[in-house]
Amino acid sequence: MEIYLDNSATTAVHPEVVQLMNKIMLEDYGNPSSKHKKGVDAEMHINEAKEILASIMKCDKKEILFTSGGTESDNMALIGTALANKRRGNHIITTMIEHPAILETTVFLEKNGFRITYLPVDSTGCVKLDELRAALCPETILVSIMYANNEVSIAEPVAEAAAIVKEYNPEIVFHTDAVQAFGKYRIIPKKENIDLMSVSAHKLHGPKGVGFLYIKDKTRINPIIFGGGQQKAMRSGTENVPGIAGMALAAKLCYEDFDEKINRLYELKEYFVSRVLDIEGTVYNGKRGREGTPHVISISFEDVRSEVLLHALEDKGIYVSSGSACSSNKPALSGTLKAIGVKNKFLDSTIRFSLCTDNTKEELDTVIATLKELLPVLRRYTRH
Amino acid sequence: MYKAFLIKYGEIGTKGKNRYIFEDMLVRQICHALKKVEGNFEVTKENGRIYVEGTDEFDDEEAICALKKVFGILWICPMLQVKDEGFDKLAEDVIEYLRTTYKGRKMTFKVNARRARKNYPLDSMGINMSMGEKILDAIPEMTVDVHNPDIYVNIEIRSRINIYTELIPGPGGMPVGTNGKAMLLLSGGIDSPVAGYMVAKRGVKIDAVYFHAPPYTSERAKQKVIDLARIVTQYSGPINLHVVNFTDIQLYIYDKCPHDELTIIMRRYMMKIAEHFAEQTESLGLVTGESIGQVASQTMHSLLVTNAVCKLPVIRPLIGFDKQEIIDISEKIGTYETSILPFEDCCTIFVAKHPVTKPNKKAIERSELKLSERIDELVKTAIETTETIWVE
Repeated sequence: MEIYLDNSATTAVHPEVVQLMNKIMLEDYGNPSSKHKKGVDAEMHINEAKEILASIMKCDKKEILFTSGGTESDNMALIGTALANKRRGNHIITTMIEHPAILETTVFLEKNGFRITYLPVDSTGCVKLDELRAALCPETILVSIMYANNEVSIAEPVAEAAAIVKEYNPEIVFHTDAVQAFGKYRIIPKKENIDLMSVSAHKLHGPKGVGFLYIKDKTRINPIIFGGGQQKAMRSGTENVPGIAGMALAAKLCYEDFDEKINRLYELKEYFVSRVLDIEGTVYNGKRGREGTPHVISISFEDVRSEVLLHALEDKGIYVSSGSACSSNKPALSGTLKAIGVKNKFLDSTIRFSLCTDNTKEELDTVIATLKELLPVLRRYTRH
Repeated sequence: MYKAFLIKYGEIGTKGKNRYIFEDMLVRQICHALKKVEGNFEVTKENGRIYVEGTDEFDDEEAICALKKVFGILWICPMLQVKDEGFDKLAEDVIEYLRTTYKGRKMTFKVNARRARKNYPLDSMGINMSMGEKILDAIPEMTVDVHNPDIYVNIEIRSRINIYTELIPGPGGMPVGTNGKAMLLLSGGIDSPVAGYMVAKRGVKIDAVYFHAPPYTSERAKQKVIDLARIVTQYSGPINLHVVNFTDIQLYIYDKCPHDELTIIMRRYMMKIAEHFAEQTESLGLVTGESIGQVASQTMHSLLVTNAVCKLPVIRPLIGFDKQEIIDISEKIGTYETSILPFEDCCTIFVAKHPVTKPNKKAIERSELKLSERIDELVKTAIETTETIWVE
């Protein structure tokens, strides 16, 4: 038995996606820049992918830039915008609960003469818009606020934040890291005043190593990767054709019967949360209901170290994360959990369950039963 | 011209009538180490020296790197081997060799000829003098110093003629396998892999025991120990790694015994289990990475109490080392970076805030009486369910 509840870390690739990528790798393996038929066949896959993604976001095809994934998209959004706008100012605003792909990049920019404001969040992880208003200044060139958090269940008020920014100064570039949100929300960047948006394929049942950056037409941004001039020299390097095609198909499948799927996810989530909170010594982090994201569930378990619980669940075939998978490799405690004010004793006791539409109520029942069986034992043996 | 190495060994030359055993073992270990190097090699022993000759093309650096990890080797001398085509040709080859190796640097030299083949027309003194003159004439930057030269130009007349000037230090020690076998208690830390390296250096073949405590320790922690063992095998040769599931024993001790004694009691059972595998595999001792006073379980008092359960000698090669000295060796042998990966090991998961530092053997034995009901059965199960991994 295997129950995979770590879909915020990565997802299983959809079999149809695998099939398509397989075919492209075996048959349409050409370099899209080649002038012969093999190249044209490969290029066609890229165009098709752009069409699919553009129709999902109701944007123009030329506003999509393919990258190696969320991290590169975030790096390009921040560094590329900072470089292109440094004459106008050197101030960048982001939040305290961003993914390291943002926060490590802002540290780099800080070392290179940029000033960064990190906006605080409330106890559910929601960014404080008053603080955003107060932080905006004439030197501000870029604001980056994530669409949905990767550690706790919260969707940020991105449209409101972007409106505030654009009202203050329409020249300021607004970026959102939508790695956890794309596929879970219908995001029409233009409707929400989003100039830049990062997306990764492997969070939506697509392959790893591919993603895109939505770049609204006429946004001032510089490339950060140089070479053969592919993608209008905005991102050199031979396009990852099978990855790009796989990502587009995965996105298309995600948005089929979309409302039904999202309703089901919220229903599964609420089903699980209400039952897990019946267990003694559990605390829910983030927002419940529709204000939270449909797939992320962060629970603190009193008197249990998350890593031990994680391995005990693993032993029963249940896969989860401690905190966020991306920060789990480091001994450091989670930034988001700290920022939303999770009590110290819970920082090292928090598990993230993250769902996908393939999960079932029966699986969640098994997880609840397993937790009820494991927790008393694990709580008996603690460190002093 | 051929490339080859002269291997000089120190200590094993002094072992009297057992010498050939040591030499044969060294030849075997050299062959084993060179298996991973691209190319084919012939390893021969002759008059207290070992020659490594490449029978086809090979990369010097790669071969030297492999030889530097063979215990028993004192010096590695890269040689040029030439056919005997008369003294004048030999002189040409020597001069060419010195020119390419030292590229016109100012230095002093002394020719050091050895004639293993006595039918060579010149004797050793003759070669020294004539060759010295030829070098002085050909390379003006080089001058003779017979007392304290920068380099010795060694010329050995055998069936072929060997020319060498360079001595690269080997690891020293004795060939692995010449001193029996021992069982290493390997954790994921910095110390135990170094301890394994140190006994292997003295010619001891090692196997290892690792105590795994799922779910308190992760699969990655286990993989880390396998990775560490693999690094040590570069020096020690293949290791049989016994992975013991220790969780139930640990929890049982936790349930029954005072918590400040957990670590010490746990270590006593680790020793007992390690000794079981040692005896099963005819090992002559246990090896640990302990160093006096490093942690509570390594005070003199604690060592006495853990030692008391063992019949075999417990070898602690790091006993007098400071942490930094141990780290220095682990960096040198390449285990440090793996050792510091942050995974919990079973010694730290239940560690008390104030563990006993001066345990009393009688008191500990009294505490252990509380385990009498199930401990034998748990130890038996742990031994029976042990997974053995061949690491090389």
